[in-house]
Amino acid sequence: MRKATLLAGLIAGFSTLALNAAQAVEIEYWQYVFETRVKAMDELIANFEKANPDITVKHTTFPYADYQTRVIAAKMGGQGPDVMQFFYGWLDKFAAGEILQPLPKDAFPNDKIESEFFPIVSAVKRGDDYYGLPTAVRSLALFYNKKLFTDAGLDPNNPPKTLDEYVAAAEKTVKRDNAGNMTVAGTTLDMGGQDHQWWREVLIRQNGGEPYRDNDRKVAYNSDAGKKALKFYTDLQLEKKVGQVGFMDEGQAAFRAGMAAMTIDGTFRLGAFKSIEGFEWGVTELPANAEGVRSNYASYFANGISAKTEGEKLEASKKFLAYISSPEAMDIWLKTVGELPARRSAALTEANLADPIYAPFLKGLEYAHTTLFVDEQAQRQNAIDMANRVLLEGQSVDDSIAQAAEAEQAIIDEAAQ
Amino acid sequence: MATTVDLGGAAPSRSLWHRLPMRTKRLVWVWSFLALPIVFYTVIRFYPTVDAFWLSLTNWDLLKPPKFIGLANYQKMFADAQFWKVFRNTFAYLIVGTPVSLLLSFVIAYYLDRVRVMHGLIRALYFLPFLTTAAAMAWVWRWFYQPAPIGVINNFLGTLGIPQQPFIRSVDQALPSIMVTAIWAGLGFQIIIFMAGLRAIPSTYYEAARIDGLGEWAILRKITLPLLKPTTVFLVVFSSIGFLRIFDQVYNMTTNDPGGPLGSTKPLVLLIYQTAFNSYAMGYAAAQTVVLFTILLFVSLLQLWILREKK
Repeated sequence: MRKATLLAGLIAGFSTLALNAAQAVEIEYWQYVFETRVKAMDELIANFEKANPDITVKHTTFPYADYQTRVIAAKMGGQGPDVMQFFYGWLDKFAAGEILQPLPKDAFPNDKIESEFFPIVSAVKRGDDYYGLPTAVRSLALFYNKKLFTDAGLDPNNPPKTLDEYVAAAEKTVKRDNAGNMTVAGTTLDMGGQDHQWWREVLIRQNGGEPYRDNDRKVAYNSDAGKKALKFYTDLQLEKKVGQVGFMDEGQAAFRAGMAAMTIDGTFRLGAFKSIEGFEWGVTELPANAEGVRSNYASYFANGISAKTEGEKLEASKKFLAYISSPEAMDIWLKTVGELPARRSAALTEANLADPIYAPFLKGLEYAHTTLFVDEQAQRQNAIDMANRVLLEGQSVDDSIAQAAEAEQAIIDEAAQ
Repeated sequence: MATTVDLGGAAPSRSLWHRLPMRTKRLVWVWSFLALPIVFYTVIRFYPTVDAFWLSLTNWDLLKPPKFIGLANYQKMFADAQFWKVFRNTFAYLIVGTPVSLLLSFVIAYYLDRVRVMHGLIRALYFLPFLTTAAAMAWVWRWFYQPAPIGVINNFLGTLGIPQQPFIRSVDQALPSIMVTAIWAGLGFQIIIFMAGLRAIPSTYYEAARIDGLGEWAILRKITLPLLKPTTVFLVVFSSIGFLRIFDQVYNMTTNDPGGPLGSTKPLVLLIYQTAFNSYAMGYAAAQTVVLFTILLFVSLLQLWILREKK
């Protein structure tokens, strides 16, 4: 008798719990730790929960170095987030490992995505399916130190527009002591930073070539264009002597310390450079070649929905993803993180295009390319080694390019298996 | 009713425990305490080790279930030029690092043992680097090695009129530069152990030797070194394992091109780390781990055999 009452009570208890669960859906969102990104996302979640009182979003973060491993390990354990941030270059691995599901077409129709977002969004499309949407995108630009420009007799309001002007400005701003040691670099050389992207998607194209073919599955830079691009790059140190790999340890450190007149870096560096107090700096579009051809490299973190998410959690996740890729969210992201909106309408506003800092990056987005990496780290390492073989070991540009092309093709082929 | 049933159930077991002899009871107690660390070690040490051997025969990438592929990982590894480069680097750290660090620390300990003025302070200064976090130390040295405007060493060379050295930016100088840091970091510990060993030698032996008219060199060769052998064996094994597993210094001094330039400083452990956590090739990484394990085992056994007590 007593048992029966207990059982009834238990059942009643559980059903109340279940009822509560049905009323309030909790979904989990994952991203990596970066102070401003976490802050921006907290703000977005607060706004979203206010508009959708029946949904709560649990925000979980991990250090960047661990992030990918955590997502993969969570998938193995059958756990993990409902909505997650991922670098576009991880998609092949994540889609093949069934970590992500294609975006439901009812909420995210392809034609809408394609008309509203910048074309680089195609890097998260496989077949006919999109696997994620970015909130913000990043592109490259040339940062220059106005003080060093003025000291060298250059006009600080007229930064280099072409590669020739860029080299000339570097030659004027580079400084050496009596022993010939570099004390101020004309330009930073840092393949481990953004220079490998500059070489891959910009310099090669400006020399009339292309870095890859077949959706970036066939290496195509073992060509005249590739060789010319690498020779231009390594000559900055070997011939023109306007920069030196490893000067001040890292390119961005040299620029920040006021010891380099120019550096090529991305939107994500704005936060770090904004705190510079010793000198004024400016940003301009990446230099064009003699014929006026420009190119840029754009990349982004996208947000996608986990393959395991279904039912009401999926509905909640769709709403959440729609909100964090809305123009309103992009505006908050731009103000808090400093990254450019991924929608044309949110990005190309008059205010943004008049902004001396955002404008060069935004212009770059129009003609930017996005490399479909299979293993970003390994492919970057390959470019670092290619430059180092020429700079440190004296290998010829032709041989180094050939070796790099072969090694990178092997990386790509292996990933395809 | 219930209480009686309870008593009836517990009584036989209680009497069974009471019927056991004292010796057996004590053994049960001892083993139940000992079982804890044994179970702990089995779960977190031995099981993963054994599992690594199995994983090295698979193509596990964390995402798909591991598939048995025989010795393919080993074939790939032995055909990989990068693996052999890393292999050579690892042995360069071992073969140069261990003897140099032991010789240095012995010489310092030997003379420090005789210093009476400020003995404690000097000893503390030598020991200090050992207390410092490896990552912090590596970063400081990384800046020491920079070119002229910020690199202390190159600035100093400049004042002497010696040309700039590229140090960690050179394929030839990078490995020795990092090795110097690693040796310096471990020196304090080795000096302390050597000094403890030196102090443990009874002074009567020295007195007797001096009365017999033995010179300093002969005393060192015939008394100090032989009696210091257990200490030396310990330090050789300890330091060798340390150099074979070197990671912190290399990784922190070359973060923007880990193990570079051009892989010239990359040790085996860093290669394993990159294979496992950058490329997620867990099976391949496990094969590399098995090789490292075999080397560690072989080197340790070899040293124990060479330096064994001759009876």
